[in-house]
Amino acid sequence: MEHSETAGLKVIFSVLFGLLGLTVCEVVLAYRALPLGTMFTLLMGLSLLKAALIVAYFMHLRYEQPSLFVTLIPAFVFVILMMTVIFADSTRLAHMRSLVQ
Amino acid sequence: MSSSNDPLAGVAIHGGGHIPAGVQVYPEPGTSFWSGGGLPYGIPSRKLGMWLFIVSDAITFSAVIFAYGYLRLAAADWPRPFETASIVNATVMTFVLLSSSVAMVLAVRASNLGRRGGTVGWLLATAGGGIVFDILHIREWLGLIHEGVRPFQNPWGTPMFGSAFFAMTGLHMLHVTIGVIYLLIIAMAYSNKKVTEVDVEVSGLYWHFVDLVWMFIFPLVYLLSAKVG
Repeated sequence: MEHSETAGLKVIFSVLFGLLGLTVCEVVLAYRALPLGTMFTLLMGLSLLKAALIVAYFMHLRYEQPSLFVTLIPAFVFVILMMTVIFADSTRLAHMRSLVQ
Repeated sequence: MSSSNDPLAGVAIHGGGHIPAGVQVYPEPGTSFWSGGGLPYGIPSRKLGMWLFIVSDAITFSAVIFAYGYLRLAAADWPRPFETASIVNATVMTFVLLSSSVAMVLAVRASNLGRRGGTVGWLLATAGGGIVFDILHIREWLGLIHEGVRPFQNPWGTPMFGSAFFAMTGLHMLHVTIGVIYLLIIAMAYSNKKVTEVDVEVSGLYWHFVDLVWMFIFPLVYLLSAKVG
């Protein structure tokens, strides 16, 4: 199977150092005094960025035919978005509990 | 392969319709288009199979991660048991897993270049990273168990912490352990010329996925429950 282009070693190691850097950012962020919801959103955002780098470069999806990406990713993202519907309820529960106490 | 050379372009297909001009349909190596050996995504079928498995497994992990996130945000007295030593341990585990992913990329690269010895070496290095990850993780588990954490009780707060922690990290550790066994089998088979570079690449997809899942578990489980101050 031919690929029109692949990630070279320079790109792979750049991605590795990028991922390590983002991990250090996450650890530093964990020790900042931020509200739980803000911390959760920031950490998950950084994790999404790391996941995108892994899928694109390590798993090579960036260099495959676009049809593979179109088949796999939008449907998965749709499932994830459906799951996020429940999250508003989690913060509502915490709020209601504080009102009772 | 250019679409202009595609012998199926514009040809009627079963069930009506035509393959549109510009759409590339790759033949399976060693077969003709007419034997049904077309590759619509331009990748071998077992690689497509692994991608489909990964998407389905990602949905499983997503459900577990969402359930954990829900509990974490909703519980007022969620424990924060992870001292700096545990955070350092989990950070080292992350570095080990990321480095093993790069070793896996190098294994795939070596196999594409036909370097059999290099491929086996990098595959063993990747599996070694997985083993180190498992050892560090089991050490973390034993530490928590020693402090009194059980699936439905712990000394600090909401009893759900133990079951949520052990379920999520346990499911991931199971994937890492299966990955290590998978990589060792592929390394042995590739060394004996029983599998091809495609199989090395497919095993790499699985390993990178295991790495990817940890990128969510690490901040969600450890960093959001770090003992601060």
